[in-house]
Amino acid sequence: MQQLLFAIFTMVGGVLACVVYFFGTNWLLDKIFPSKGLTGPQASKNLRITNAIRPWLFMAPALFALGIYLVYPVFESVRLSLHDRSGQQFVGLSNFRWMLGDSEFRQSIFNNFLWLLVVPALSTFFGLVIAALTDRIWWGNIAKTLIFMPMAISFVGAAVIWKFVYDYRSEGSEQIGILNAIVVAMGGQPEAWMTIPFWNNFFLMVILIWIQTGFAMVILSAALRGIPEETIEAAVIDGANGFQIFFKIMVPQIWGTIAVVWTTITILVLKVFDIVLAMTNGQWQTQVLANLMFDWMFRGGGDFGRGASIAVVIMILVIPIMIWNIRNATREMER
Amino acid sequence: MIATSRSPLIIVVHLSVLLLVALWTLPTAGLLISSLRDKDQLAVSGWWTALSTSSQNMTGRAASPDAQVEKDGKFVITGNLIEGGTSKVSAFGVRPMRPTAFEVGTTADIGDGQTLTVNEDGSYEIVSPTRMEGTRGQRIFYTASVPPRFTLDNYREVLNAEGIGASFINSLTVAIPATIIPILVAAFCAYALAWMPFPGRAILIAVIVGLLVVPLQMSLIPLLKLYNGVGAFFGVPAKTYVGIWLAHMGFGLPLAVYLLRNYMAGLPREIMESARVDGASDFDIFVKIILPLSFPALASFAIFQFLWTWNDLLVAMVFLGTGNNELVLTGRLVNLLGSRGGNWEILTASAFITIIVPLIVFFSLQRYLVRGLLAGSVKGG
Repeated sequence: MQQLLFAIFTMVGGVLACVVYFFGTNWLLDKIFPSKGLTGPQASKNLRITNAIRPWLFMAPALFALGIYLVYPVFESVRLSLHDRSGQQFVGLSNFRWMLGDSEFRQSIFNNFLWLLVVPALSTFFGLVIAALTDRIWWGNIAKTLIFMPMAISFVGAAVIWKFVYDYRSEGSEQIGILNAIVVAMGGQPEAWMTIPFWNNFFLMVILIWIQTGFAMVILSAALRGIPEETIEAAVIDGANGFQIFFKIMVPQIWGTIAVVWTTITILVLKVFDIVLAMTNGQWQTQVLANLMFDWMFRGGGDFGRGASIAVVIMILVIPIMIWNIRNATREMER
Repeated sequence: MIATSRSPLIIVVHLSVLLLVALWTLPTAGLLISSLRDKDQLAVSGWWTALSTSSQNMTGRAASPDAQVEKDGKFVITGNLIEGGTSKVSAFGVRPMRPTAFEVGTTADIGDGQTLTVNEDGSYEIVSPTRMEGTRGQRIFYTASVPPRFTLDNYREVLNAEGIGASFINSLTVAIPATIIPILVAAFCAYALAWMPFPGRAILIAVIVGLLVVPLQMSLIPLLKLYNGVGAFFGVPAKTYVGIWLAHMGFGLPLAVYLLRNYMAGLPREIMESARVDGASDFDIFVKIILPLSFPALASFAIFQFLWTWNDLLVAMVFLGTGNNELVLTGRLVNLLGSRGGNWEILTASAFITIIVPLIVFFSLQRYLVRGLLAGSVKGG
């Protein structure tokens, strides 16, 4: 309880500090370069100066935090990836050479590509289908809320939920995991799903698809509603059936949104960490880059060189999407 | 897909949505139901049987020979295998290999001339012609049908004994300031980017869009080094709540600035121009006009940031200690998965406590969450 009070106290303090900073600097700026009450060239000169400085006063705290927590670390990580485990000795590309020869790293890259192929595709697909279906029925909003719900659940919470689904009891005893219970009821053998190499990756992916489908559904549902009615009416008049209208009229009109959803989930997949850590911690050939990176951060006292170089690999995979996002955003602003 | 309400296709639509909803909700429902079940039942039967009477194989022990009484020249021990329950015994036995050798109500010969009777209500009677020796009672195996039993015991246990209660406070301690503090910082920055012309503005916006997707992994090692350095320099611990609040603020700022800038840029220009004509400064316009008008966007961001900081594991594992007054719920849950892997009564109850707060936020503020998603879907979480 005491620490909660401390937290609230700090929060109030932090907000007050912000208020004091913004109000104080703004007041100071107007005091040093007054424009009110003055006339002539001095006033317009002061006004020009304050207008040039004020935006930076407004942005300074945010830019400072962004610089320390995101910009500086990017460069520092790149630097560390070229150094040894303690970050002292320059070692060139040897961390990256080590990577290529490391079977665990190759396993992670392979698994990450599997995740990249499967999770964004299936999440988007399910999201699109559910968005289209729920728009047609009266209880669609309730259905959407329930499918959207896993979005609020932490990856670790989701891991526990699904670990319970996948729970395994040896053959003969009663299964308490629903998946094995269904398998047994249909006459199959119970399996310890998490320990079957290769396929266990897919059982992990199910968790992320379960979480992300709601996100895809919400975005795509809004996009589907934005489609002009006339295009659909025209197709109906031309005698198109439901599937034709959906795939040939509606989907092409929301390609842009589908791409946004796809790339957003792709970024998330590249960083997937909690699920793998909680379910298998990379055992049974389920390792992924983010978990491997975390592992090297602390393994044997921590190898910052190797850890940073794995982070750099994740960053390199993200860069194409980053460029695409920036281009889209700039184009939107010019419009 | 495009079925009008008269088409027969609509039934297919109803059924497939029903199936999808079931697929998406059953895992969570299983967790919730299991967390409320009696732990002995939870361990032996699936949660979908929670409402039906289950039959369990159990082991009991009769009272020790000290309790024997002499009756009609015979020595008798009586008692009940089921204390205060409503279970019903259907079969019993005395050997572990044959736990259901005898039907309930019958009298079984258990050697040395002794006989054992077990009734449906769990009462038993051992009769021996001679005085029974030893200090331990006869072991009795029995099969009982147990009626469904729901209890809050699991929650009571994890909140106290497993440290979930303490972690709940820790998670709140992390999440509340980490949600509130960035809002004002981001709002001022967003206003400058939306409505104050200055050279380099377009580049700054592009940089912020780029920072939206920078993987957290890039920040971990440099910041860990930085925190250790700062800690050593000032002689304070490197892992503190202040550290994680600032870290969450830094990581949340790109989304905050991006969301708020987009929202503010969409506000009508006339409002600001007429205020400026009336002699209002940028500061006045921001505080008195923009900030109140931006409430929906601020709420969206606050919800995102709260869910993100509450559900976060990675940042807490790196920047916060693992002591009892620092370990957050997600971290505690991962530890429990390792140490209590098979104790589902503990795992399900703990997991439900970790997800209940986000679920409440989700169900009560879903509107703002959807709006935020639609506005900021470039961000990857």
